[in-house]
Amino acid sequence: MTRNRIPAVARFLRRRIWQVVPVVFGIALLNFLILQLAPGDVVDVLAGEAGAATPEYMAQLRASFGLDRPLPVQLAYYLKNTAMLDLGFSFRQNMPVLQLILERLPATLLLMIAAMGCAVVSGVVLGVISARFVHRAADRAVSVFVLVTYALPTFWLGLMAIVLFSARLGWLPSSGMTDIGADLGGFEYLWDVARHTVLPALSLATFYLAVYTKLVRTAMLEYFGADFIRTARAKGATETRITLFHALRNALLPLMTMLGLQLGSILSGAVLVESVFSWPGLGRLAFESILARDFNLLLGILLFSSVMVTILNIFVDVVYAVLDPRIEL
Amino acid sequence: MADLLAIQGLRTWFHTRAGVARAVNDVSFAIQPGETLALVGESGSGKSVTAYSILRLINEPGRIEAGKILFNGTDLLKLDDKGIRSIRGDRVAMIFQEPLSAFNPVQTVGAQIVEAIRLHRRIGRRAAYHRAMELLEQVGIPSPAKRVHEFPHRLSGGMRQRAMIALALACEPDLLIADEPTTALDVTTQAQILKLLKSLQAENGMGLLLITHDLGVVAETADRAAVMYAGRVVEEGLVATLFTRPFHPYTAGLLASVSIDDLPPGARLPEIPGTVPSLLVMPRGCAFAERCPYAAGTDGCLDHAPAFLPVADDHRVACFRTPPTPRPPLHAEATGEAAGALLPLDAAARVVA
Repeated sequence: MTRNRIPAVARFLRRRIWQVVPVVFGIALLNFLILQLAPGDVVDVLAGEAGAATPEYMAQLRASFGLDRPLPVQLAYYLKNTAMLDLGFSFRQNMPVLQLILERLPATLLLMIAAMGCAVVSGVVLGVISARFVHRAADRAVSVFVLVTYALPTFWLGLMAIVLFSARLGWLPSSGMTDIGADLGGFEYLWDVARHTVLPALSLATFYLAVYTKLVRTAMLEYFGADFIRTARAKGATETRITLFHALRNALLPLMTMLGLQLGSILSGAVLVESVFSWPGLGRLAFESILARDFNLLLGILLFSSVMVTILNIFVDVVYAVLDPRIEL
Repeated sequence: MADLLAIQGLRTWFHTRAGVARAVNDVSFAIQPGETLALVGESGSGKSVTAYSILRLINEPGRIEAGKILFNGTDLLKLDDKGIRSIRGDRVAMIFQEPLSAFNPVQTVGAQIVEAIRLHRRIGRRAAYHRAMELLEQVGIPSPAKRVHEFPHRLSGGMRQRAMIALALACEPDLLIADEPTTALDVTTQAQILKLLKSLQAENGMGLLLITHDLGVVAETADRAAVMYAGRVVEEGLVATLFTRPFHPYTAGLLASVSIDDLPPGARLPEIPGTVPSLLVMPRGCAFAERCPYAAGTDGCLDHAPAFLPVADDHRVACFRTPPTPRPPLHAEATGEAAGALLPLDAAARVVA
C-alpha cells in the first residue's frame, strides 16, 4: 500500500507545482496594485529622514529608482523581474531584496516550527485529556486554561512573559535570537538560540494552542461514539489503546486540515511576536519595510511568504493523504 | 448440558433527562453451546441493548441495574475491567450491523484483525498477519494475501461483513453475538452471510446469539428464538414451535404481519393496532395490553405484569392467558386505524416457514 502510493504522490506533486505558478502570479499582481493605493513612497521617507531635501532632489531620487514612470510600465517591470526570480533592490537597506529575505528566513522558520510544534503537541495532549475526562475536573481546568490563553492578546502575553521570566526571574533572555557579543560555537550556540526561542515561540503558540485543543477534544468526543470504537472495545482493547490508536489517530485528520489553513496566518502572527521580542525574522522585516515605504522589499516578502504558504499547503495535502487512506491524491 | 450463556433478570436502564428509559427490563434467557438463539423484536424493543449488555458495552447514560450474565458459570457483571477485557474478543466476540463504520477507516483490515489476535494471544506480528490471512480465507474472501493490506473502504459491503466475521473469529470464541449482521446488506449477500455463519458455527461449535428484526432470517438460521417487546422477552421457544404455534398475541401478530402470501391481492396488510408504549412511561401491567385483542376487559392485564412462565417443554411465555391451546394467526382481529406496520417491508416480503 505505502509502496504503490509513491508514484501517486509524485504525480500529484507535478500537477500541483504547476498550479502554483498562476496562483503566485495573481498574488504578485494584487500585492502590487494594493500597495499603489498607499500614500507616500520610499523617497518621502528618505527625504524626511535627511531633513532637508529639495523637490528637485526628490524628483531625482524617484527617477533613479524608476518611481517616476507610469504605473503600467512599473508593473510590467515588476512582473518581468519577478518572473525571472529577481525580487529587486531595497533602496532603504541598500541590499538586494532576496538576500535580505534569505538572511531573515531561518529565524522566522525556527520561530514558526517551534511555535506550531509546541501548539500542536500541547493541543493534542490537552485535547486528549479533555476528551478522556470530559465534564470532569481535568476537562474544566484545560478549558479555562486554553480560554485564557486564547483571549489574551499575543503581544500582551509576550510582554508579560518578558516581565516575569526575564526581568523578575531572569531565567530566559528577553530579546534577539542570540546573546549580543557572545561568540559561541557548536552546541553552546544551539543552546543559546534555544533559550532565546522559548518565550517568543510560546507566546506565538498560545493562540493556536486553544484552537487545537478544542478541535482535538471535539473530534475525539465525536469518535468516542463511533462504531469502530465500539468494535475496538468489543475486541478487548484497553481504554488507553482505544484513545490513542483509534480515536486520536482519526482526530488527527481535522487537526491537519486546520493546521494547513493556519500556516498562512501564523506568519502574520509572527509580525507581532517578532516585534515584541526583537526577533530578527521576516515578520519584523515586513513591518520595518512598511514604515519605510520600502515597497520593493515589502512586495518581495509578501511574494516570498505566499510561495512558502502555497508550498506548505501542498505538503499538508500529501501528509493528509498519508494519514487518511480514503483520500486519493 | 450446562448453559454457555445464561442471562438472568437483566435490567439495563438509560438515565436520560426526560426520565429513566427501561430499555431492558428483567430479561432472562440461555444459550447452549453450539446453539443459535435469535433475539427478535422491532426497533427499540431492547434486543441490541441486551446484546451490548453481555459484553458491558453500554455507554452513558445507560447502566446495567440488575441481573446476572453467566458465561460458562462466571458472572460477567462481577468482573473487573481487566477481567471483562479478557472475555471480549476472545471468548465472546461480536459483529455489527454496519460493517463499514465498524472498521477503523484509517487502518487496514489486516491490521485490525491482527490487533484482535494480539490483544489476546502472545504471537508475533508476522505470525498474526499470517493468521489474519487464514481467517480471511476461511470466511471466503478471495486473494486474502492482497485483501489483508486493503483499507475497509476498498471492500464491498458483503466483503466487509465477511472481514468483520473474520475479525470476530480471530480468537475462536465460544459465543458469537451478531447484531443485525445482514440488515445493511442486499438480499443475495444476506443469504451468503447467513450461510457462512451457519457453516462456521458447524466447524467451531460456537454458540450464536443472532439479533434481528427479520423473521425470515430467524426461520432460516436459528434453533430457538426469544421475542422481545418493550424491553421484555414475551415468548421464547424452539423456532419450529414459535412459528407454527405462537402463544403470545404479539408473536402471533408479528407472524401474521409477514405471512402475507395467502392474502388476496389488494387486501389490507395485517398489522397490530396501536403503538409501542414509551420506554419512559411503561404501563403498570402487561406492556402489550393496550394493543392486545385478548386483554380487553381483563383487569389483570392492565394491573400486573405477567410472569415469564413455561407453557410447554422449552416454551416460555409472559401472558395471563393460561390455556396453552394453539391459536390461529391474528388476521381476523387485527383491524382498525392502527399506526404503521410492525415490521419493515423487506421482512414482510420474506416467506416464513
